[in-house]
Parts: sequence; C-alpha cells; structure tokens
Amino acid sequence: MTKQNTKKLSLAPIPYFWDRDYTHQFYQQVAQSPIDIVYLGEVVCSKRRALSLQDWMTIGHDLQAAGKQVVLSTLSLVEAASELSVMTKICQQGDFMVEANDMSAVQLRTKFESNAFIAGSSLNIYNQRSLDKLKSLGLSRWVLPHEHNQQALHAFDLGNVELELPAWGRLSLAYSARCFTARTHNRSKDQCGFVCDQYPDGLAMKTQEQKDFLVINGIQTQSGTIQNHLEAINDDAVDILRITPQQNNCFEVIALFDQVRKQQLSVTDGQKQLTECTVHPISNGYWHQKAGKDWVA
Amino acid sequence: MELVCPAGNLPSLKVAVKAGADAVYMGLQNATNARHFAGLNFTEKQMTQGIEFAQSRGCKVFLAVNTYPYCHDLPTWQQAVDTAAELKVDALILADMGVMDYACEKHPDLNIHLSVQGSATSAAAVNFFAEQFNIKRAVIPRVLSIKQVAHLVNNSLVPIEVFGFGSLCVMVEGRCLLSSYATGLGPNNHGACSPAEFVEWKNTDSHLETRLNGILIDQVAKDESVGYPVICKGRYQVNDQIGYAIEEPTSLNTLSILAELKAIGVAAVKVEGRQRSPAYVRQVTEVMRAAIDDCLTRPDKYVVKDSWNQTLGDLSEGQQTTLGAYYRNWQ
Repeated sequence: MTKQNTKKLSLAPIPYFWDRDYTHQFYQQVAQSPIDIVYLGEVVCSKRRALSLQDWMTIGHDLQAAGKQVVLSTLSLVEAASELSVMTKICQQGDFMVEANDMSAVQLRTKFESNAFIAGSSLNIYNQRSLDKLKSLGLSRWVLPHEHNQQALHAFDLGNVELELPAWGRLSLAYSARCFTARTHNRSKDQCGFVCDQYPDGLAMKTQEQKDFLVINGIQTQSGTIQNHLEAINDDAVDILRITPQQNNCFEVIALFDQVRKQQLSVTDGQKQLTECTVHPISNGYWHQKAGKDWVA
Repeated sequence: MELVCPAGNLPSLKVAVKAGADAVYMGLQNATNARHFAGLNFTEKQMTQGIEFAQSRGCKVFLAVNTYPYCHDLPTWQQAVDTAAELKVDALILADMGVMDYACEKHPDLNIHLSVQGSATSAAAVNFFAEQFNIKRAVIPRVLSIKQVAHLVNNSLVPIEVFGFGSLCVMVEGRCLLSSYATGLGPNNHGACSPAEFVEWKNTDSHLETRLNGILIDQVAKDESVGYPVICKGRYQVNDQIGYAIEEPTSLNTLSILAELKAIGVAAVKVEGRQRSPAYVRQVTEVMRAAIDDCLTRPDKYVVKDSWNQTLGDLSEGQQTTLGAYYRNWQ
C-alpha cells in the first residue's frame, strides 16, 4: 500500500451562517461521506447562535457513532468575556479533541489535565522553534498556516505531529472587530439583524472592474478564489487534507478527493473535475511561493 | 501612562525625544520588523547613537523584531535579538514564539513586550505569553471596545499598551493575509503590507488608478487625490454598490478617550507611524504629550483642545479620524 492511501480527509468547520435545519441535514450527509475527521463549531462570529455548544456536542456524538473522528473548533477572534467562557467549556470537555484557533484556546487548554490540542491554521507557527514550543505544551496536530509554501513545510522536522493541509476551499485571510456584511447593509455589528444568513456562501467583494477579489463573511475576509491543493495528496509530509464546506458542491468535492486518494482517479483527472465543479476561480499560489491568489499549473 | 512614539530614523527619534516621548521604538533595516520600507530604520551604528541620545535624556528605547521568520530565516531574527541585548535597549518588541523562546533562553534579563503582531486580543492570550515567555507588557490589536480593553487590563498578568494615534489597521494585526494573498508578501512574512514594488499608479484618459500586483484597488477622477493602495482602504463593488467596503482612509485618534484609558489602567499609549516624517512625529508627539500631561495632572478636568484635534486631523489619512473599535458603533 502506498502512503497516499493512508491520507485522511477532514472537513473544516462551516465558516458561514447556515440555519439550524440545513446544518443538521448537512452533517447527516457528512456522516455518510468518506470524510474521516470532522471539525465542528462556530469559528467566525459568537453572535451566530443557531446552534448552541450542546447542539454541536450532540452532532459530534452522532458523527462519532458513524465512525468519524470529531474535533471541536474554537472561535478565531476572541474579544468578549462571554466568548472566553464558551471557549473554556470547549477546552474543559473531554469527549472530543480541540482545535485552538487563537492563543487564548492554547492557554485554556494547557490548564487542563488532558491538554492535547490541534493548532488551527490561524496560529502563527512559522518556524521549528515555535512548533517545538507548542509541542511541549500539548500540540499533537498542526493545520498548516496559509502563507507556508511547500518548501517551507519540508524544512520542518514534524516528528510525531500530524500535518493537516487546507486543501480545498476559500482561505480565511483576515479578521476584524467590524462586521463587513452588516456594514454593507449600513448596520453596525450590534444591530446586524443576522444579515449574514442571506449569504450562505459569503458575499463577493469585487474590484471596480468586476473582477473576483475577496469574499466578505461577517468579521472574516476570505479569498475570492478557492484554494486547491489536491496536488499535495502525493506529498509525504501531509497526513490530512482539509476541505472547507460550501453549500453548492461540498459532497462532490469530497467524493473527488476520496477517489484520487484511493487511486480510482488520477490527480490530473481529479484536478480537471474539481475545476469543472466550481464556478469560482481556483488558486494554489502560496504553496508555490507566489501570491496566494495565483494558480500555478 | 507612558507615551510611546515611532522612530523610523535618527532624526525622528531625536524630535520624538525632544517633544516628550517616554519611549521610542525602532527597527533594523531588514524584514525583522513590521515597517520594512526602503530608506527607513536603523543601522547598528545609528541604533547606538539613537539609544545614547534617548536614554541620556530619560527616554526608553524599544526595538521591534516583530515579524515571523520561517525556519531558514530564524538566525537573522536571533541576531537581531542579540544586537538588542548588546546595545542595551529597554525592551524588545516580539511577536514570534520561536524568537521569544530564543530571547528567554539566551537573554533572560532582557525585557520582552508582546508586539501587536502577536495578535493577543484576550487576557487568556496575553497571559499565555506572560506565563510561557515572561513578557513584561503586551501591545494589543485595534479590535477591542473600550469596555473590552478595561476587562483585559483587569485580568491580564502584565501591563497593557494600546494604540493612541496613527494609521488604523482594520484587521487583527498578525493575522491579516490580504497583502500576501495579493502579492505574496505581507506584514507577517515580509514586514510590510502592499510592498512598493507591487504598487502601480496609472493615469488613464479619465481616471487615476492605483493597482496592487495588477489588482485595481481604487480609482478617482483625475483632479482628486488617491491614497496608497492598502487593500483594506480601497473601494470595491459589493451587491452592485461601489464604496469603501472595509474602511475609508482614516486615522485612529484617541484624544477624546485618553482620560478613560488612563482611568482603566492602560500602561502606555502608542503612536503609529515609523514610516512618517520627523515633522509628523514631532507634531503628533507634542499633541499627545500635552494631552497625556493634562490627563495625568488634572484627570477630572481633562478636555480635548480644538487645536490638538486640528493638528492631528490635518496629519491624518484622508484628513479624517476615528475612534475605531474602541467605539462600539464603529464595529
């Protein structure tokens, strides 16, 4: 058996504000999919409360029963005391692994006996010494930060750390105190009226020449392109390929990644079909030491 | 409450010291700091002169080594830390955990401040760096309301420094990849957003355009002025409307809440702008010095003078100022 057959597929948390029913249906479908690892929770805006922590735990147990490894992900930008208190509950629970998406979560996790954590891609780990420091505090899996290129990744001695690569989906590029979706509707964040529920795939921010550039998702700014790293399925440093959910083609994408890892489909044919199943431009620039938006064939 | 002022070069350092800065911060002439611009920053010799000038006048000197080195870059960043120790700066402003770990091990007596690029927005995050790296102060990103700053100050193990005036980062510092998405280079990996080599100013028949690596960031009629093309201050199309979808060109100005920042226990107020001219640094330092002195001596009677606002307004991006995230409705 070659190494690529051992690659796992993971599903990132839903970055958008999807309603409760759709979310439940979505994860019922995930339970039947070839995904191995599922990350759950609200990671963008703490005001979105369609699902409570208890709801996420219930979904998590159902997915676990379906044979999936489940991870609870923490909020990416922590500002309010109430947000820290939800995060503390996530870090304290022992049912599921925890993905720390900011240093607050790392700090809270190190306070508990079961201190293992997964470092989310928004933690700034740029060099071996930073990785080693977090390893000494319980880091067991590392989701590669977007700015790293393939060569930079290969400079690391990962040891027993599992490496997860964001392999399909929009990149999370920035976080702000300001909600840009609310701003578009001339509202402040406190009076947002949950207007982001109108944009289940984010809100396109185009240049004045109508070219795709960025996507607004509440306080998060995403890439206008879909990052595609299917090519990394043959990279020995990568253990897990992560797919970020979108409503239009998520399960088609999962199926294509699965077929390529099982060698039922070549990487070239996989790339072709992936490109066909999305209406958005694709990119892989960071991986090749170029601008993140670029595509290197 | 200390006043911390930018020193992009020796002339700026001198005017900041003379105008009453309690501390100045500087960087080396390479990608180890977040203002890696051509013609800016200090050689080792200039640092020595600057440190002597400032410290002999009772002003502290901080060195910013606040970008993120990849594995192969780490020796250069470690060298910067060694230089800071050798030249006896009062504190190092660091963001990267690997660099902090090195500084702790090699120079345990050297004061470390967590840079705003370290992205600590909660007491738990600040306390992580306090417990792991013995930081003596944290500079916090421009994302918290004043109430949230107060909560953080109360629950933090170390004193907190906040931004008081200057260009406004709309995104959490240290976690903004907009520039590197567009160009490959950004604040974390290169020490600058919208690096000059990717910037294009172009006159068309009817417009003046600014582009970043080919991407149209803004365009104005020929007789109007247009700002430097940082992505977050550009004009874009969202839902068929064209406008400043993220933020207008504007500067942060905290004069109106200085007394409150003092009252909640903020330890230091920082002025952004190492890339600005000595004249700018002098004027801003003078205004902020006068205002902080008023806060310290007559906190109950603190009133913002029109002349202060006028001076800072004239020096601001787009001649506009804002309280940014300190003011909840801005969010």
